[in-house]
Amino acid sequence: MIAISLNGESSQLAAETTVAQLLQQLGYAGKRVAVERNGEIVPKSQHEEARIAQGDRLEIVVAVGGG
Amino acid sequence: MDNLVIAGKAYASRLLVGTGKYKDFAQTKAAVDASGASIVTVAIRRTNIGQDKDQPSLLDALPPSEYTLLPNTAGCYTAKDAVRTLQLARELLDGHDLVKLEVLGDANTLFPHMPETLIAAETLVKDGFKVMVYCSDDPIQARLLEEIGCVAVMPLASLIGSGMGILNPWNLKLIIEQAKVPVLVDAGVGTASDAAVAMELGCDGVLMNTAIALARDPLLMADAMKKAVEAGRQAYLAGRMPKKLYAASPSSPTTGLIG
Repeated sequence: MIAISLNGESSQLAAETTVAQLLQQLGYAGKRVAVERNGEIVPKSQHEEARIAQGDRLEIVVAVGGG
Repeated sequence: MDNLVIAGKAYASRLLVGTGKYKDFAQTKAAVDASGASIVTVAIRRTNIGQDKDQPSLLDALPPSEYTLLPNTAGCYTAKDAVRTLQLARELLDGHDLVKLEVLGDANTLFPHMPETLIAAETLVKDGFKVMVYCSDDPIQARLLEEIGCVAVMPLASLIGSGMGILNPWNLKLIIEQAKVPVLVDAGVGTASDAAVAMELGCDGVLMNTAIALARDPLLMADAMKKAVEAGRQAYLAGRMPKKLYAASPSSPTTGLIG
């Protein structure tokens, strides 16, 4: 298992989890989200290949109401 | 047709609205539709991990295929965060790059932090974004932002969420007179007359959120705002009569008075 920060909270994932797999696990597959890893955007095209590593800081965002 | 043109694209409505502070998505959509707005702002926030994943999302109610979404950087206090937020937004919206930049300087007043705004604007324009920038009503700041390459400048009428209307019409006029890009009033509109006055001053559009969302009857206010923006624009195009201190200029004939 690896320890990461996900949206500011500590989280544990199976090693070698890809971004796509994580989104699947969280129920976000097919939803409009964007992912940032350690301050860099992970483009949708790379979700299948990008493997999350120990200590990674992930941000997953959506559009919400705002002015 | 008197369309609003921003970055080479025409929009039928000169009223832009936000999607915050509504009761639920149904009310948000109803208000947006009542306003007739073409461009609608959204905020970018962390997903709520653990929340029911089948909950409807804002973009289900306001799909990008039907509305021009304008992601904002509300809640950002640094240029770095604003840039990150909009890069995430662009990824979220499949490369859509028309964005609203706002960098705040104070959590109480929500007044814009102009030095950070300029830095963010420069970075974003270089990265290919079409930046509509929320700013103070300072004509020099507005000019600097335009020189950086922002596609629209959006000076405040008064503080975000204050509903105080246009506090400095003179500065607004200065900004409008010098600008070669569209000028939209953003922040502080409280009621229909505020929107009409903005358009009469020569603004190209008005952006508002609280004025509609916190009205007692948001849908009715949304319709009022739609009409106000149209009326103000028409009055501007019609060319108002001059103001005079006194004129002895009655509207009825001065001859043939009964004796």
